[in-house]
Amino acid sequence: MNTLMDVLHHRPGWVEVKDEGEWDFYWCDVSWLRENFDHTYMDEHVRISHFRNHYELTRKNYMVKNLKRFRKQLEREAGKLEAAKCDFFPKTFEMPCEYHLFVEEFRKNPGITWIMKPVARSQGKGIFLFRRLKDIMDWKKDTRSSDDQKDDIPVESYVAQRYIENPYLIGGRKFDLRVYVLVMSYMPLRAWLYRDGFARFSNTRFTLNSIDDQYVHLTNVAVQKTSPDYHPKKGCKWMLQRFRQYLASKHGPEAVETLFSDMDNIFIRSLQSVQKVIISDKHCFELYGYDILIDQDLKPWLLEVNASPSLTASSQEDYELKTSLLEDTLHVVDMEARLTGREKRVGGFDLMWNDGPVSREDGAHDLSGMGNFVTNTHLGCVNDRKKQLRQLFRSLQGQKKTPN
Amino acid sequence: MLQEESDLALIIAQIVQKLKGSNLYTQLERQAWASLQRPEIKLESLKEDIKEFFKISGWEKKLQNAVYSELSVFPLPSHPAAPPEHLKEPLVYMRKAQGSWERRILKSLNSMCTELSIPLARKRPVGEQKELLNKWNEMGTDEPVLDLSLFRPVYAPKDFLEVLINLRNPNYENGDSHSFRTHLGLIQVPLKVKDIPELKEFFVELGLTAGQLGVDDSTQVPPELFENEHVRIGQKVLSEQDSAAAQQYIRQGSPTALRAELWALILNISSQPEDILYYEQLKTNVIQHDLLVDSLIYKDVKLTASNDDYYFVFEDYLYQVLLCFSRDTSVLGHFAYSSASPPKSYIRGKLGLEEYAVFYPPNGVIPFHGFSMYVAPLCFLYHEPSKLYQIFREMYVRFFFRLHSISSHPSGIVSLCLLFETLLQTYLPQLFYHLREIGAQPLRISFKWMVRAFSGYLATDQLLLLWDRILGYNSLEILAVLAAAVFAFRAVNLMEVTSLAAAEAVLADLSTLKVMPLLQIFLFATVT
Repeated sequence: MNTLMDVLHHRPGWVEVKDEGEWDFYWCDVSWLRENFDHTYMDEHVRISHFRNHYELTRKNYMVKNLKRFRKQLEREAGKLEAAKCDFFPKTFEMPCEYHLFVEEFRKNPGITWIMKPVARSQGKGIFLFRRLKDIMDWKKDTRSSDDQKDDIPVESYVAQRYIENPYLIGGRKFDLRVYVLVMSYMPLRAWLYRDGFARFSNTRFTLNSIDDQYVHLTNVAVQKTSPDYHPKKGCKWMLQRFRQYLASKHGPEAVETLFSDMDNIFIRSLQSVQKVIISDKHCFELYGYDILIDQDLKPWLLEVNASPSLTASSQEDYELKTSLLEDTLHVVDMEARLTGREKRVGGFDLMWNDGPVSREDGAHDLSGMGNFVTNTHLGCVNDRKKQLRQLFRSLQGQKKTPN
Repeated sequence: MLQEESDLALIIAQIVQKLKGSNLYTQLERQAWASLQRPEIKLESLKEDIKEFFKISGWEKKLQNAVYSELSVFPLPSHPAAPPEHLKEPLVYMRKAQGSWERRILKSLNSMCTELSIPLARKRPVGEQKELLNKWNEMGTDEPVLDLSLFRPVYAPKDFLEVLINLRNPNYENGDSHSFRTHLGLIQVPLKVKDIPELKEFFVELGLTAGQLGVDDSTQVPPELFENEHVRIGQKVLSEQDSAAAQQYIRQGSPTALRAELWALILNISSQPEDILYYEQLKTNVIQHDLLVDSLIYKDVKLTASNDDYYFVFEDYLYQVLLCFSRDTSVLGHFAYSSASPPKSYIRGKLGLEEYAVFYPPNGVIPFHGFSMYVAPLCFLYHEPSKLYQIFREMYVRFFFRLHSISSHPSGIVSLCLLFETLLQTYLPQLFYHLREIGAQPLRISFKWMVRAFSGYLATDQLLLLWDRILGYNSLEILAVLAAAVFAFRAVNLMEVTSLAAAEAVLADLSTLKVMPLLQIFLFATVT
């Protein structure tokens, strides 16, 4: 089910360009970008769906570097408490260059589990868990003599990350959350948060006994699809609304509000950490897929950020979610120049950051009790996008008619 | 006056008798003895002082809740000389129909058993016991020992519907002439059902002037108008631990965060160590013995709940609850007021000898296709297996059993079907007539909704709001009203269909429906 093609073809006034014709909008893939972006001229109005160096955010080793640097800067400028807000990323070390630093940390925490992830692959490929140093001997730096180095195949870049051993379980199963964030620009930082998303469940019950069973620990649908227990009918996904309701009935609305507010913090700070590094070209926008893991203390952790979140639909419900997501993305990109630029909500997207925090209109009182700004995000809340879009476009039309 | 007094005395005597055998009685006795140590208890005014102590320490409240619980479940006062069958079901033809239906089910079960050469029950070998114990928390991942494709569900709702359609009261002659009084529907028994004015009175708290969760907590409505106050009252009810107040409160819906506790309060479930122990005992029974019905349960869970987009996550809990449920002999108690009777089986070789008769399964309830859906929504609220179990068991012996037994009770499935058809015929006659003409009798579509109490058809949050009201009104009639309201809502589309399949298609997806506005419109906002 190709959601992107369906959405683009159905958009009124849009025509698909074949071959070498001139285009105004390109939903490109990252390989095209890498090869062509630098020598492609784009008119002012042209839009493209990636930032040139998005990998600063989406490649695990770069993201860790940027986050660490940002954290240090925050600590210098605003103190330890503020910097601690960046502690949503499990301790990570780039391999093999940070091998020795990793070993130091490894020895400080004997017996814990670590996870090795290839820096540039997706869909759960190449990931494994380990507890003993000898499982990762291939990444040990400087152990080979100069003779051997000539013959050795270069080792792929990996990151070693502390494995979260106490994930929140539902029905005894581990899950992670997929959340969509749309960034329209980095300088200034303008980011939108989509209300819908989903929780992806692992097909088997969680246990630390079998770290070799990647089906237990990895929740990507791609990996689950190859598990012998996988039954396609199940889909193993919950919409975020369902997840939010489930948590609310178990922990109460305040705890849920705090959790979601902590997630907002993750999105904003991760974007801020790469703000100065990413080339903010006005032609670019990007729809990120954030992977978040919740632990048993209801603390959210950032697993990774995807620059090209999967747009294939695994079920009817999934199809509707992704087509709505793409339609609303195109509304926000606004090739048709209908918006005023002052909107705080477009369909299922809420404006989360506009060179500063965005408040909710009604000035709702702060449930989380942390003295934080009540942000304009509604993750996992009711998404009456069709109604909102109707009202929005009707009022925009009305505005256009009245001369001013 | 005298009759009422003696009725009351009878009820009190029966409740006291019942409670005397309960754990609460032992606890109260113990508390009373312990209280003698307290300085405020004086010998001269012993009775009053102890009563006062009970009031202050909350024990009186617990007793009140227990009495209220008995009253909710207790059948209507009957003549002291009435035989026990009358308590189960006063109408003879209903009893007979239920009896023959039961014999049919048992025959089907026995023949499957003989065909597959599987015993109804067997003791597990020690190795198998150990394995099951290890896998207790993840039974869903296991392939069951037997090939499930060999098993058929003992019956499906539509088989049961056919039986209900053929129910007739032999003392009632309708006459051949058709008049405006002729009932167009499938159910042809003369039971008394409420009409809309009576329903309006019965469900008065759902009226347009009262606030409702499911309506007045929507995003457009500012929470100060109703929701905040309602939540505050809910918290107060919980702190008072008053069952009756909780039942009254929940008629307007329960806030998500309070629902689990409120339901437990209304059903008078408190997880005592004895309850947890009892559950563990049941679990041991499961480990030690394998029952044929276990395979039926596995099959049902795999076919229904595991395939559901939302309940698949709770697959393991369903096994843990349902397997234990089959072995729980305390469930046999509900047969005193249910028209059903537990099936009897005989130890091999001793057919017909009463001393060798056992109830099979031990709880007397043979699961049918879709049975696991009664448990699935509860997994949303309760995560501790023994508490989840208790809640389900109580829900079953108070409500769910009525949905698959033939009786004249106003909450029984027969009355619900008749209520549904009567409402439709009276208030949407054109629609009813049209559907009947195209061979799409409305009950054929709505029956499965009602038998499952809409579980698996509505979105979970809506289902829980509906079940709030079942608990609040202590009646299942709301299921029939909702079914009629759904037809009313989709009436325009239904008028255009020309076949049963097309009608089914219009009503196939209820997951977007909001139940409270539908009920309100149907009951209170339609011109009658």
